[in-house]
Amino acid sequence: MITILQTVALVVALFAVSRAFLRFKDRKLSLLALLFWLVIWAGVVVAAFVPTMLTWLSAQFGVQRGVDILVYGGIILLFYLIFRVYVKLETLDQQLTKTVRELALRKKKK
Amino acid sequence: MKPWIVIAAHNEEKSIGTVVRNLQQSSYRNIIVVNDGSSDRTAEHAEQAGALVLSHIINRGQGAALRTGMEYALEQGADIIVHFDADGQHAVREIKHLIEPIKKGKCDITLGSRFLGTASNTPFIRKLFLKGGALSHYIFYGVKLSDSHNGFRAMNRKAAHALDFHANGMDHASEIVDLVGKKKLRYKEVPVTITYTDYSKARGQSTLNAFNIFAKMVLRKLMR
Repeated sequence: MITILQTVALVVALFAVSRAFLRFKDRKLSLLALLFWLVIWAGVVVAAFVPTMLTWLSAQFGVQRGVDILVYGGIILLFYLIFRVYVKLETLDQQLTKTVRELALRKKKK
Repeated sequence: MKPWIVIAAHNEEKSIGTVVRNLQQSSYRNIIVVNDGSSDRTAEHAEQAGALVLSHIINRGQGAALRTGMEYALEQGADIIVHFDADGQHAVREIKHLIEPIKKGKCDITLGSRFLGTASNTPFIRKLFLKGGALSHYIFYGVKLSDSHNGFRAMNRKAAHALDFHANGMDHASEIVDLVGKKKLRYKEVPVTITYTDYSKARGQSTLNAFNIFAKMVLRKLMR
């Protein structure tokens, strides 16, 4: 018997993975990034269908409830992703500045 | 040794013309105004007054604008580069005080300080934050100053090359202090007068920006 939660998890995961695949095909996503997302979403599906897995995993980390490890893991993952976005943004900001400065200097030299 | 004056200007049409004309009347001929993506007529006003104008097509911040101006001045063979403010809060007559020690070869960079000698009407809260800034510069970078974020400074070619700061915004002032320490530049503080008019207060950075700058200082320290 499949619960609503499991259906939702499956649909969302499949959707996300299909998006990742499409972006990989367009070469907008590296192989490593594709694998990363595959693992993440596979993890979500496994967690939804085999809840005992989570309980077992939690026990390994010394966390009482199975769902808690999901929440903790999710927060850590989000922090990591935000950090990556921050670094990327900073890089873009520097590149933009470099371009704008170069343009200003070239225009004057002409 | 002819000094080159570099001014970063973002929407300063009301003051930039007067500032440039005042500089010329004191026979400073090489004036670069970096129009930092202004939406008003800053570039036209500066050009009419006789400055060399470089334009950023979009606003990138005072730090980025100063770097553009410095790079251009270095290409033109400048021996001394002076950072000057666009809103008229710096005094033209004090430029020579900043340049003098560099001409004599006593130091590579001079930094203006509003708290040495003839202090002006610095509002109390601002003074508190500026002193806090100076203290954190000492703690973080080991450079002892009496003022922080004073945009009035002069440097020789060596220092201009050494100061390859990357901060686009107002925190470039902290990064400059950082680089002065790291690259072991010989520095000296020179008393200057900062005129706080209603216009310059409204145009200048908010005192609260100090928190933002401090956070960036900490981040930069951690990232290296």
